[in-house]
Amino acid sequence: MGNVASINQTAAGIRLPNFCNLGIMLRSLVLVNVLLAAAALARAPDLGAAGLEFAGLAAFGEPVLIVSLLVLCGARRWLHAMGYGVSIVALVAFEVLLAWIVRRALGAAFVQGAGLPFLHLAMLVVLVTAITLAYFDLRSRALAPAIAEARIQALQARIRPHFLYNSINAVISLIRSEPRRAERALEDMADLFRVLMSDNRTLAPIGQEVELARQYLAIEALRLGDRLRVSWRIDGMPAEALVPPLMLQPLVENAVYHGIEPSPGGGEVVIEVRREGPQLVLVLVNPLPGGGRSPAGNRMAIANIRERLQLHFDAEATMKSEAADGSWRVTIRMPYLTAPA
Amino acid sequence: MTLARSEVPRILIADDEAPARARLRDLLDECRERFPLAIVDEARNGREALEVLNREKVDIVLLDIRMPEIDGIEAARHIAGMAQPPAIIFTTAFDTYAIKAFEVNAIDYLLKPIRVERLLAALHKARAASPVTREALDAAANQPRRHLSVHERGKIHLVPVAEILYLRAELKYVTVRTIEREYLVEESLTGLEEEFGEAFVRVHRNCLVARAAVAGFERNAEESESGWAVVIKGTHEKLPVSRRQHHVVKQFR
Repeated sequence: MGNVASINQTAAGIRLPNFCNLGIMLRSLVLVNVLLAAAALARAPDLGAAGLEFAGLAAFGEPVLIVSLLVLCGARRWLHAMGYGVSIVALVAFEVLLAWIVRRALGAAFVQGAGLPFLHLAMLVVLVTAITLAYFDLRSRALAPAIAEARIQALQARIRPHFLYNSINAVISLIRSEPRRAERALEDMADLFRVLMSDNRTLAPIGQEVELARQYLAIEALRLGDRLRVSWRIDGMPAEALVPPLMLQPLVENAVYHGIEPSPGGGEVVIEVRREGPQLVLVLVNPLPGGGRSPAGNRMAIANIRERLQLHFDAEATMKSEAADGSWRVTIRMPYLTAPA
Repeated sequence: MTLARSEVPRILIADDEAPARARLRDLLDECRERFPLAIVDEARNGREALEVLNREKVDIVLLDIRMPEIDGIEAARHIAGMAQPPAIIFTTAFDTYAIKAFEVNAIDYLLKPIRVERLLAALHKARAASPVTREALDAAANQPRRHLSVHERGKIHLVPVAEILYLRAELKYVTVRTIEREYLVEESLTGLEEEFGEAFVRVHRNCLVARAAVAGFERNAEESESGWAVVIKGTHEKLPVSRRQHHVVKQFR
């Protein structure tokens, strides 16, 4: 299990959580406050005083926590560069320093919480930091098998056997009449399968995903001819943005399988990629030949991609699929990332 | 179906993908020496295949399963109702469900890419064996047909299920009513109810009405034992609701 990268890091071996991730931030806030509440309960002489006790601790804890998360988010590159062991020591030292500063700043105003002797406070800070880090470490270990599992599922969901056999059949039919086209089709298939068979744990640039989808569509065009029309809206695409690998191709395959093949006249698949501030937005639209009902077969692939988005981005990525005006639209929003976070 | 020895089997290719049709043509050409044959036509979906059958004499249909509009299995179900149906050889690249269903119901199929030897064997077999029965095809299908087929004077006429207003059982037949006219089909009302149950509602022992065709209900004490009749949209027809199906009236309110 040791060589399986945890969710929010892409470089192997680093287990420090990505504090810029919304999910990690929320989890830290909840966990630290629960620990403060426990400390307040232990300190209070009776239950009635516990509320006041907690308010005192929180008045000190909340600023420390929020400043910590912001600084850790900003400093994550340096922390990762240090290696896990050193970064933990640096992190704990920073927390103690921060506690000292906050205590000095608040000292006069909040006697209740900040009034604790500094050694007391420092030990509380060290313990809370250690428990939080241990929690994230455990969580990433617990999720590691899920990531391995997701990889296998991804492998299965990537290519429909339907596509594989039909494409081979199409290429065979070309060999006698149009050997050049057959060659090109086999080259496209080789590229496609090379990516499919490779290690797909790390995030990949969206530009590469688009290229892969293009090759896939070139093979489909062989079989479907002018029934398959594709419209790319990627002028505003940041090609370097990182996304979970093999996310676009299964979506496009889904669109062809459910939107184009069942219709005698075919239809248009629209693929749009753009950046909206801190987000990367991916939209895929295909016709719904079945008269507006959402096709049942779509759910498998969609669920698979949703799961992988969650593993990579936690709460920061959303995926929405809906039927409207006789077409099926999938919208994915995820954080705009350029280098491994 | 047995052919006179002197006749050359006439073959129809049905597949929605042009390269797949081209491939079958190449393969059939290779078979010619050992199995003389004539390629009648090509069809791009089930509807076109049925149109060719209405026009031409065909002995063997090479029928792809997954095709738009009318798929291979539905086309085969309509074909099986013909007085002298052609033999059907299904082709498919990959279809877990259909393959399993075909195995269970002893229906022959060819896997794409097709080898010439397999095709040749299937052609010989199709020539000798009796055609697949309607029952076997119905059992192998996993979704309702989109059309009912009416066989008139050796021709297949398709009635889209979505256009049917009601189905009424007569002695041996079922009357199919659309906005334009009535047809007779050789099916059982129970079988139709099982297949299209969701879109229709039973108002009487002998009658299924399309939910979409229900305009409303009227009091009608003379003809109907429940005292109600269902008014059919787009027509002036009123059909009696039986006492047993009286609850349907409430369901629509």
